[in-house]
Amino acid sequence: MALSGIFLISFLLMHVSINMFSVFSADAYNVASHFMGTNPLVQFLLQPVLLFGVVFHFLMGFVLEAKNRASRPISYAKKDKGNASWISQNMIYSGLVILAFLALHFVDFWIPEISYKYIEFKPAVEDRYYGELVHKFSNPLRVGAYVISFVLLGLHLLHGFQSSFQSMGINNKFTPAIKKFMTGFAIVVPVAFIFIAVFHFINH
Amino acid sequence: MDLKLKIWRQPNAGAEGKIVDYDIKEVSPDMSFLEMLDVLNNQLVEKGEQPVAFDHDCREGICGMCSLQINGKPHGPDSAVTTCQLHMRKFKDGDTIYIEPFRSKAFPVIKDLVVDRSSFDRIQHAGGYVSVNTSGNTQDANAIPINKDDADKAFDAATCIGCGACVAACKNASAMLFVSAKVSQYALLPQGQVEAKRRAENMVAQMDAEGFGACTNTGACAAECPKEISLTNIARLNREYLKSSLS
Amino acid sequence: MKIGSNFPAQIPDGPIADKWTNHKNKINLVNPANKRLIDVIVVGTGLAGGSAAATLAELGYNVKAFCFQDSPRRAHSIAAQGGINAAKNYQGDGDSTYRLFYDTVKGGDYRSRESNVYRLAEVSANIIDQCVAQGVPFARDYGGLLDNRSFGGVLVSRTFYAKGQTGQQLLLGAYSAMNRQIARGKIKMYNRHEMLDVVLVDGKARGIIARNLVTGEIQRHSAHAVVIASGGYGNVFFLSTNAMGSNVTASWKIHKKGAYFANPCYTQIHPTCIPVSGDHQSKLTLMSESLRNDGRIWVPKKMEDVEAIRAGKKKPTDLAEEDRDYYLERRYPAFGNLVPRDVASRAAKERCDAGYGVNATGEAVYLDFASAIQRYGKEQAHIKGLDENDAALVKQLGQEVVKNKYGNLFQMYEKIVDQNPYETPMMIYPAVHYTMGGVWVDYDLMSTIPGCFVTGEANFSDHGANRLGASALMQGLADGYFVLPYTIGNYLSNDIRTGKISTDSPEFDEAEKKVKEQIDQLINNKGSKSVDHFHKRLGKIMWDKVGMARNAEGLKEAAAEIKELRAEFWKEVSVPGSAEEFNEELAKAIRVADFLELGELFAKDALHREESCGGHFREEYQTEEGEALRRPEFQYVAAWEYKGEPSDAILHKEELKYENIEVKERSYK
Repeated sequence: MALSGIFLISFLLMHVSINMFSVFSADAYNVASHFMGTNPLVQFLLQPVLLFGVVFHFLMGFVLEAKNRASRPISYAKKDKGNASWISQNMIYSGLVILAFLALHFVDFWIPEISYKYIEFKPAVEDRYYGELVHKFSNPLRVGAYVISFVLLGLHLLHGFQSSFQSMGINNKFTPAIKKFMTGFAIVVPVAFIFIAVFHFINH
Repeated sequence: MDLKLKIWRQPNAGAEGKIVDYDIKEVSPDMSFLEMLDVLNNQLVEKGEQPVAFDHDCREGICGMCSLQINGKPHGPDSAVTTCQLHMRKFKDGDTIYIEPFRSKAFPVIKDLVVDRSSFDRIQHAGGYVSVNTSGNTQDANAIPINKDDADKAFDAATCIGCGACVAACKNASAMLFVSAKVSQYALLPQGQVEAKRRAENMVAQMDAEGFGACTNTGACAAECPKEISLTNIARLNREYLKSSLS
Repeated sequence: MKIGSNFPAQIPDGPIADKWTNHKNKINLVNPANKRLIDVIVVGTGLAGGSAAATLAELGYNVKAFCFQDSPRRAHSIAAQGGINAAKNYQGDGDSTYRLFYDTVKGGDYRSRESNVYRLAEVSANIIDQCVAQGVPFARDYGGLLDNRSFGGVLVSRTFYAKGQTGQQLLLGAYSAMNRQIARGKIKMYNRHEMLDVVLVDGKARGIIARNLVTGEIQRHSAHAVVIASGGYGNVFFLSTNAMGSNVTASWKIHKKGAYFANPCYTQIHPTCIPVSGDHQSKLTLMSESLRNDGRIWVPKKMEDVEAIRAGKKKPTDLAEEDRDYYLERRYPAFGNLVPRDVASRAAKERCDAGYGVNATGEAVYLDFASAIQRYGKEQAHIKGLDENDAALVKQLGQEVVKNKYGNLFQMYEKIVDQNPYETPMMIYPAVHYTMGGVWVDYDLMSTIPGCFVTGEANFSDHGANRLGASALMQGLADGYFVLPYTIGNYLSNDIRTGKISTDSPEFDEAEKKVKEQIDQLINNKGSKSVDHFHKRLGKIMWDKVGMARNAEGLKEAAAEIKELRAEFWKEVSVPGSAEEFNEELAKAIRVADFLELGELFAKDALHREESCGGHFREEYQTEEGEALRRPEFQYVAAWEYKGEPSDAILHKEELKYENIEVKERSYK
C-alpha cells in the first residue's frame, strides 16, 4: 500500500501541476497536455504503469480490508471512537469515494481521450485540451462531485502519506518536519484541484 | 456508588455468548476495577451462581495477565494503566459499564472474559530471543559499552507486558505494536544484531499465521498501551523487515 | 536412597571459597547422548523455574514445564522492582564475593547455611554477564557501562537495575531463553496447568499429577526428576504483595509426600507498601525499596499533629522539621533509612502501635521526597549554572531527577492512592512480601524426597531469617542457571538406564485417585460460603497473631483457630460449577485448602522458635531497646516432617555452623 500510495501521490503532484497551467494560460495547458497525450513514453510506458498502480492500490486496499475484518470475527458490543483519528480508521470509505470519483473521471476524460486517439483515430489537434476541460467544468453537479471527492482525497492523503512513511520504516528525528510537510501536501494538492474546478466553473 | 454492568458471558470456547446485565451497589471509589468484580463474584458464588471468569494475577500492572475491554477501551478509560490499576473513582454513580473480552481471531475466548493469548507466545518462539547459551560462559557484562540512549530505548520497548491491549484497540486486531516492541529491543542492542534478519522475518511470518490483522498505522495501539510503547517501534520493525527482505 | 537420608545436608569439604568448585569437579555427569533419554519436570516458570527449564533443555534433557498463568512470562518474579545484587565491584567501592556473602549471612540474622550463601555470592557476577548477553536492558551510565544503586542493609552499590522493572526484564530474559528451547522442541510448555501432586515410585519423585485449568482434565506426567520452583507462600496472609494466584500447593504437596518444610515462620514483611484502604482490598502493592535511597521516613512527633492530620485539619507538608520524627535516622544513625527490611518494618509498626500512624486506620507512615527534590534540584541548578536560590526552579529540576529515577513508581502510587507524591509525602506501611522459609533442600538443592529438587523462593536455603533487598532475583537465577543444572546431573547419572517412566502404574493410579477425590469433595460440598471468605479469615488470623510481632499466647490461639477454620472450610465452602471446565473458584479452593494446613504449621514453627531473628519477632525475646534478641540455642534450621496433621509434624534440626564469619549481634546503629 505504501509504495503504490507514494507512487500515486507523485502522480497527483504532476497532475495538479499540469492542471494549474489551465488557470494561468490556455496555451501552456494545451502544450503540456499535448505532450502528455502524444509522447509515446508517457502513453505506452507511464500510462500502463499508472493504471497498474491504481488498480494495485485499490485491490490491495480491498484485500487488506477483508483480511483485517476477518481478524476480528466478533465485534465489540460497545464501541468507542478510540484515540485514533477517524480518517485513519476509515480509509476504506475515503478510498471508495475516490474510486467512484475515478470512475466518473474516466468517463469524463480518459475514455473520450482514449477513444479519440486509439479507436476513432481522429487527427491530433494540439489546442483542443483547454476547451474540453472548460466544457466539463460547466456542469455544477460535476463540479460539486469533484469538490466532495477532493475533500475526501485530502483526508485520505492526510493519513495515507504519513502512514506510508511509517510503513516503510521511516521514523527518525526528521519525522516531525516531514509530517508537517505531508500534512501541508495533503491539504494543498486537493485544494488546488478544487480551485481549478471551481475557477473554470465560475469563469465560464 | 451504584453501577449497571453489562458483561459478556460465555460458558466455554465452543458455546454461544451474550451480554448479561448485573446491578452492583455501594461500590467504593477506592476499589480497583477487579476488586469491584471480586465483590460481584462473591455475591454470585453465595447465590450459587457461576462467577464471572476473568484473567488477573499480579494486580500491580506488570504481569500483563488482566485484560478486559471496558466501555469499548482496553483496560478502561484511564490512560497508561492496566485494568487491575484502574480504580472505580474513574466512574460515576449510575454509570453503565460494558465489560467484554479482548476481541481477535487470534485471541479465542476460553470462558466469559478470559481469552487465549498463546498466539503471543508462539510469536516469541519464532524469534523473540538471543541465541546465547545459559551456561554463563559469556564475556564480562561491561565488555561492550552500549550507548545510554540506545539502552534506554531498548528498555522502553522491553517494558511491553504482552497484555494484548494493542490488538484489542486496533480496528484490524493487529499485533504490530507487540511484535515491534520485541524486535526493537533486540534491534537496538548489539547482542541482537546477529540474528536480526531471521528474527524480523520469522516473527512477522508467525504473526501473520496467527490471524492478526495488518497494521494500517491508525495509532490506536500506542494510545491504549498501558506501558506507552511508542509507534516508533513499529517503524523500526518495518525497517528491520524491509532490510531483511532486501538482503 | 530413601526419603530423608540426605538430611542434614552433606556440605562439601574444603575451604569455603573452594567448596563449589571442588563439588562441581567431583559430581557425576551425564553424557550428552544419555541426556536425551532423561525427562525433567519443572513446576513454575519464574526466575528460578524458567532459568532452570531453559538451561536443562539446553544441556539436552527433555523438559516439561508447567505454570498456572497463561504464559511463563507472567510468573510473579515479574513484579520485582528494585534490582539484582551481584559482587561485580564495578563501582570500585570495596565489594567482593566475600562481602556479598557476609552481608547476606548477616542480613539473614545468621540463620542461613554458610556454604549455600557463599556459592550464591560466587555465581552472582556470572548472572549479570549472562543476562546482558541475553539482551536484558539494564540501566547504563553515559559512558555506556552498567549502572548500580545501593539497597538496604549494605554499604556498597552492587545492585543492577532496569528502572523499577528489574524483575520483569530478568524474567523476560529467562522467558526468551525458554522460547529458544520451546522452538527447538526441548521444552514442552504446559500453560494454565497446575500441579496437584507429586508421584513417588520406589521412594523417588517420578512424576506429577496436573490439572489443565482450561478443561479441568487431570493429567499424569512422568519424569526422572521433578523440580519445584513454585515461589513463596506469602498469600497465606490473604493480603500480601504476591500475585493473586501465588500459592503453596506444589510445595505443600511434596511436603505431604516426605519433603521436610523448613522455617515456615520466616516471613519478610516489606516496609514500603501502599497501606490498606478498606475491606474490599484484594492485594497490597509494593513500592520498591530503592525509594528509601532518597525518601525519608517519618511520623509526627506530637500526638496533636497526628490527630490533626487524621482529621484532615493539617497536611503533612504543614509540619515544621522539628515537629517530625525521622525515627529510622534517629534510631539507626549509621544506616538511617537504609536499614534492612525487617528492622524498618518493625520500626514502623512500633511507631504506629504507639499511636503515631498518619492515616485513618492508624497504620501508615510517611515516605518523604521533599529533601531529595531540594538536594537534586540544587545540584542540577549548579550544574546548569542556574540560580540555586530560585525555589520554584530548584523544585522543578529536583522533581525531574526524581521522576527519572522513580517515575513509574510515583505514577503507580498516584493511580492507586489518588495523591501526587511529588507534592505530598507518600504513605506507606509494611506488608507481607516474601517467605524465606520453604522446602528444605541439601547442598544440591534436593529435598528429602530423592529426585525432587526445589529452587528459588520455594526453597529455604539462602536468606536465613531475613532477605536483603535485590537478593531474591539473584537467588532465583543462580539456582536456575548455575546451580541446579549441575547438581541435578549428580542425581540423574544413576538414571541413564532407567528408560521412560511409565504413567501406567499403581503409584500414578493412587495419586490421581486422591486428587480426583479432593476435587469431587470440593465440587459436591455445596456449602454456603465462598473460598475468599475463608481465605480472608485465615489471613486475618495470620496477620493479627502470626504477623510482624508474635507471642506464645497468640500463636497457640492462632494454631487452634486455623485448625477450626480448616474444619469449617471443608464443611461450608461453596465451589460453583463443575470440575470439567475452567473453574477459578475450584482452583482457588484447592490452594486455600493447602494454605489452611500450612498456616497451622507456620504458627507451630513460630511458637517453637523462642527467640527473635530477622523477620521472626517474638515479643518475649527482645533487647531493652526493643531490638530482636537472637538466642544461640536456636542456631539451627527447623525442618518439619509431615505426619498426618500439621500439629503432628516432627521437628528435625540442621545445626548451622559459621566457620567463615563471626556471629555477632546484628547492629545497624
